[in-house]
Amino acid sequence: MIFYLTLIFACQLAGELLKAALELPVPGPVIGMVILFAGLVIKGGLPEGLAQVGDTFLGNLSLLFVPAGVGVMLHIALIGEQALAITLALVGSTLATIAVTALVMNLFGGSDRQEAEKTDG
Amino acid sequence: MGEGLRDIWVYLAASPLLALTLTLAAYQMGFWIYRKGRLNPLLNPVLFAVVVLVAILTVTDTAYATYFEGAQFVHFLLGPATVALALPLYRQIERVRKSALAITVSLLAGSLTAIVSAVGIAWVFGATDEILVSLAPKSVTAPVAMGISEQLGGLPSLTAVLVILTGILGAALGPFLLNLLRVKDMAARGLAIGTASHGIGTARALQVSEVAGAFSGLAMGLNALATAILLPLLWNWLF
Repeated sequence: MIFYLTLIFACQLAGELLKAALELPVPGPVIGMVILFAGLVIKGGLPEGLAQVGDTFLGNLSLLFVPAGVGVMLHIALIGEQALAITLALVGSTLATIAVTALVMNLFGGSDRQEAEKTDG
Repeated sequence: MGEGLRDIWVYLAASPLLALTLTLAAYQMGFWIYRKGRLNPLLNPVLFAVVVLVAILTVTDTAYATYFEGAQFVHFLLGPATVALALPLYRQIERVRKSALAITVSLLAGSLTAIVSAVGIAWVFGATDEILVSLAPKSVTAPVAMGISEQLGGLPSLTAVLVILTGILGAALGPFLLNLLRVKDMAARGLAIGTASHGIGTARALQVSEVAGAFSGLAMGLNALATAILLPLLWNWLF
């Protein structure tokens, strides 16, 4: 387990190094994700231990956003002053983005019409 | 609060343990309610935890910086968790490969919509320039959004907050909107949620479907890339 945890950290570290060296506009962890993905493709399989460690992270992904979210308290006054504009922009833009992305994707026939599952994700 | 209690609080607030325990407990409580409510997206556990923690910090007059000294250990794990998004992506590699063109076009359309509509709506309703810049990268994962905001003269910490709020909104309202639009394909749903609401949307998508989670994680990564390149170009061209 520690081996695969180390592997994930190493991918992130490699991502941070690449970002700094090549002055990439993408954050280190996203580059790390690409590195790990490439590694899996080259290896041609997903080791059981890596799946365990990775799925533990992903199963609790939302928890990790809480500390940054609490930062809202620093900006309550500024947000309050322009609450209407900010609220409408956030809600309107988020809904518009979801609608446009999903509808364009659907226009292309989605990933695979036959396999479409019906749930409420 | 009595003097004795206050002393104990001040003592505990100085160590990471209190902030960490409170963060985990608030989230745990939020997640319990979310499960009890059959994963109703409106009962988003992040939103619940944030509200509870802000209330506690405000009542006890604790600074965010003090809280974050402890909570940063949870925050830090966002990095490795992002790396781990390679897993669902790898498991769905066949689907991703089959629809590479559809993904690229949808993502670019979504990415542009996110920027233009956010800035446009806020501008119409009289937001100041500072808010407009901070708002522009709001659909992108926090570390990238903060970098873009800083580069264009916004407030990175405000951007972080707007990013989180966008994530919560997308995770909470997205499923209803997608049902309304009759989008049933899990790949399209995931891609849309990930483009609009990054990791928080992806967390929600992963809870519902492996396919949606994989496409959402992919969209999050690609939108970070697309916005990091498109937004500065667009901004310099417009202003």
